[in-house]
Amino acid sequence: MTNNVLRIEDLRMYLGGAEMPVRAVDGINLKINEGETLALLGESGCGKSMTALSLMRLLPSSGRVKQGRVLYMGQDLLTLAEMDMRRIRGSGISMIFQEPMTSLNAVLTVGEQIRESLLTHQGVKGAGARKQSVDLLRSVGIPSPERRIDEYPHQLSGGMKQRVMIAIALANEPELLIADEPTTAVDVTIQAQVLALIRRLQKERGMAVLLITHDLGVVSEVADRVAVMYAGQIIEQAGRESFFGDPKHPYSGKLFESLPALNKRDQPLYVIKGFVPSLRTDFKGCRFASRCDYVMPVCREKTPAMINVDGGQVACYLYSPDHAPEPVRLVESVEPVSGRKMGSEEELLDVTGLKVYFPIKAGVFKRTVGHVYAVDGVDINIPTGRTLALVGESGSGKTTAGKGILQLIAPTGGRVRFQGEDLTAVSASSLRHRRTEFQIIFQDPFASMNPRMLVRDIIAEGLRAQHIGGPDARRRRVVELLEMVGLQEDSADRYPHEFSGGQRQRICIARALAVRPKLIVCDEPTSALDVSVQAQILNLLRNLQDKLGLSYLFITHNMSVVAYLAHEVAVMYLGRIVEQGPVETVLTQPSHPYTKALLSAVPTIETGAQHSAIRLEGDMPSPSEPPKGCYFHPRCPEAITVCRERYPGRASLNSSHSASCHLLSGGD
Amino acid sequence: MFTLFWTDALIFLLLIMVALFTWYARRKEHLRSPWRRVGRSRAAMSTMVILLAYVAIGLLDSVHFRPTLDRDGEAKSLVYSNEAISAFDWLASDLMGRAEKTYSAPFATHLYSKETVQLPDGTQKRMYPKLEYGGAHLAGPGEKAGDIIAGSLRGGVKGLLVWIAAVAVFCTVWGRRHGRSPGRAVALITSNQTEFRWRATLITLGVLFVLMWISTELSAKYHVFGTDKVGEDVFYQTLKSIRTGLMIGTLTTLVMLPFALILGIMAGYLGGWIDDVIQYLYTTLNSIPGVLLIAAAILMLQVYLNNNSEEFASVAERADLRLLFLCLILGITSWTGLCRYLRAESLKLREIDYVEAARSLGVGQPTIMFRHLLPNVMHIVLITVVLDFSGLVLAEAILSYVQIGVDPTMNSWGNMINSARLEMAREPIVWWSLLAAFVFMFVLVLSANLFSDTVRDAFDPRLRGVE
Repeated sequence: MTNNVLRIEDLRMYLGGAEMPVRAVDGINLKINEGETLALLGESGCGKSMTALSLMRLLPSSGRVKQGRVLYMGQDLLTLAEMDMRRIRGSGISMIFQEPMTSLNAVLTVGEQIRESLLTHQGVKGAGARKQSVDLLRSVGIPSPERRIDEYPHQLSGGMKQRVMIAIALANEPELLIADEPTTAVDVTIQAQVLALIRRLQKERGMAVLLITHDLGVVSEVADRVAVMYAGQIIEQAGRESFFGDPKHPYSGKLFESLPALNKRDQPLYVIKGFVPSLRTDFKGCRFASRCDYVMPVCREKTPAMINVDGGQVACYLYSPDHAPEPVRLVESVEPVSGRKMGSEEELLDVTGLKVYFPIKAGVFKRTVGHVYAVDGVDINIPTGRTLALVGESGSGKTTAGKGILQLIAPTGGRVRFQGEDLTAVSASSLRHRRTEFQIIFQDPFASMNPRMLVRDIIAEGLRAQHIGGPDARRRRVVELLEMVGLQEDSADRYPHEFSGGQRQRICIARALAVRPKLIVCDEPTSALDVSVQAQILNLLRNLQDKLGLSYLFITHNMSVVAYLAHEVAVMYLGRIVEQGPVETVLTQPSHPYTKALLSAVPTIETGAQHSAIRLEGDMPSPSEPPKGCYFHPRCPEAITVCRERYPGRASLNSSHSASCHLLSGGD
Repeated sequence: MFTLFWTDALIFLLLIMVALFTWYARRKEHLRSPWRRVGRSRAAMSTMVILLAYVAIGLLDSVHFRPTLDRDGEAKSLVYSNEAISAFDWLASDLMGRAEKTYSAPFATHLYSKETVQLPDGTQKRMYPKLEYGGAHLAGPGEKAGDIIAGSLRGGVKGLLVWIAAVAVFCTVWGRRHGRSPGRAVALITSNQTEFRWRATLITLGVLFVLMWISTELSAKYHVFGTDKVGEDVFYQTLKSIRTGLMIGTLTTLVMLPFALILGIMAGYLGGWIDDVIQYLYTTLNSIPGVLLIAAAILMLQVYLNNNSEEFASVAERADLRLLFLCLILGITSWTGLCRYLRAESLKLREIDYVEAARSLGVGQPTIMFRHLLPNVMHIVLITVVLDFSGLVLAEAILSYVQIGVDPTMNSWGNMINSARLEMAREPIVWWSLLAAFVFMFVLVLSANLFSDTVRDAFDPRLRGVE
């Protein structure tokens, strides 16, 4: 093809000193055609962001391009003078970043930030620039752009900020847009909006898009072609259809298998053995060889070259006629193992009318002027050995609900009955003793352990605080726990920073298990982890549940994790539960309009036509001023008059499935 | 007989604390690695040598004892002098004893002003009298330059020899620890292939040794920095001032740390009315002009000292008490800044997951503060302490200058500057007191600032991994 917008030839980019450099990008070849979306897919630390920064010549100070060419419209960007490069940045190639909150300057209005870009590259000023900015904002779907243009970033919601970022990036009609994880920091309904926007703009303007992501779902939604990156190299390139239909490289295949889903409920998730190798290693042979199930002697000797297969390319000897014994098909169907143990029906936790309000204080005397209704009347119950998933977007109050149940935040109202005893009513000292029975695992494995403590002390902390056992008994228990979560015994005498994200999450699980709890609140335990590591943690959590009869309150926004792990699911919106029921029913036959929208916004991996989602407009309202009537009605595509007036009561659809919606309860 | 002044006791306490901390930090990777980063900086290693030299003089000057008085063997019982002197005084007793009549310029052989002198033949004459000690060994004025050069060379050679011996010992020890022969160690260090910047360290040490031996050699026969109004050697004074400066810089920290740590962490972690009270306290304290508070406290103390002068065995003891009080009052006025940082950090850490996890495990509040918050705010404490040090040394000079600093009898750079102030107006100008104080203070503060810069960078979590 001749109409390449960008061609990368054998690009190598190293970070750090001359001895033992980090080979972040190690010889990649890519091309992006006009009007095409290429997704660069890979797990964290595989060099995909560094590739993008190399193209833009925005490398960190320790990074340098060792070799290679980056041809943009036939011009090698790496040899351009900085002055000329500046002209290309923003007008030829522009970039949007992951974090919309920090990518905008907080002290300039939105309009000023867009006009800056217009002025730099086109020299447009004054009324003309203003008109152009308004048009840009309108084209990225911001309502009433004439008013928004004079607002500051803090007056916009997260989704709006990401739109403004896109508007700035598009201001000069670039030929190529680089989107570095554009939706990782936003909620799934916003993600659907942003992805739809990128897709629409690309069609309208015929620009090329390089989309960097770790999310297979996002890739399947927007990409035309996919390039899979592993340890600094591209290992597979293929069209979307053929990639999702028949991934060629063993690594790609395993990635699909490690994704959780409803139909995998009866089997453990596939786990890629071992770890991603350190990029400091001086590689010999295929980088995936040590983790590959199909490894052959030749894999360890020589780096495989790209081989053309079915219109795509793959760097694997399995497809080389000289080495492969026979053609292979990687995605196999695994025989379902015996069905999961069902927990007993014995009630463990029963929450009724849980309310957590945070006062808003203002003025000199800090009078309470209002409340943030973070959790506003939540009823849930969890039987022994079962998992209830609490799902919702960020700001829906699910984490606060979890902490309110554990009495880490004092609830404003309601009852939390744990084995029949109301935790909100017990004294502080007896609550401290009862804390052994309910534990929590956090989202961020980096913040959840004191970096100054040994793993041994971290795990034994609960035992010490509760005066369980002597020093010897504690030592033995720590070893036992490490083994239970699949870590080496010598991990005990190391510090948290020596472990990877997945290993840290295992340590956190061990710490929670140390006091033999009955209930564990899992607050998004896998959302900071890569897909293959997520599979390990989910498998571990499930094994532990089967073995120890634990109950989980699983707080998450990831629907596929819910589908895989949960027995029941409760959907939360603005501090209230809008729908609750068994996981199969809720996920396959959602009743509440919000649940429907949420589920349809989740990017799905389909080989067929791209599915049409119910797009929710706007963002979640502030929990300090919930809308009158049904909280969801301003965004609800099916809202009727009564929705604006009263909050709907709960309508039972059957014995276990209920939803709060006027449409279901017949408007009363 | 040894005597222990209050400040001596506290400085040794601080030394023990530093030693204990070092021993503790040796085993903790997260504490060791920032210090290793400090060791990789040339500037930090060189300035550390200079700082250690200052500390050594200060510590020598903090070992006080009362010498025995010679009583012609008349009594069997030992009699001790009333005035306690320090180990440093004992080493530099030559310098201390050789007082001239009044001002003399550096390396002078005659006084700075004319006096009427009675000549042996009975006639009187206005002339520059010869100094009693400075250059007294010279036969004629023409010999001075040659003598000074010869003395410098002698001192320089001695310094070099000592340095070579020190380097040899160091290389042998270093080589043994790293399994290298001494020769190989020398080669590695000179080509700068060691992890820590030993070459820069050793060069600084060499320069320091040469300067030390030259000044020792010369100060035995001359007044290197001249003499002051009462004829005391300025070089001696400025060396004695080191202790005062270090005391102010370090003891103040010792005083302020408990306030800042306990109140800051409590305010941040516990919140609520405790936070309000502590914030109110430090906001109020911060609103009082510091100089005013210090002046009031010092003047009150002075009244007390004057009224109860019989309770103190010596002038030095009284001066020491005033120094201690100055440290206290400086500590009380300066904890608020650190306290505020610590409160802010604790507010942040209170919400962090591992603290939440500890609470969910039922860990008590004091334990959480001690085990989870304290170790995680220590880098802020260290950075603040090191950065504050030079500021406090300068503060002492300023306070003494306005006469609310240390006791006028105590040697300090501030007092030296203060007394030099009056002499700046006379003609010809007496400049050497000011210059000596300036040079010594400048070198100390510059070294401390350069060193603290590196320490801050090494401990700043945001810069971690940049390297």
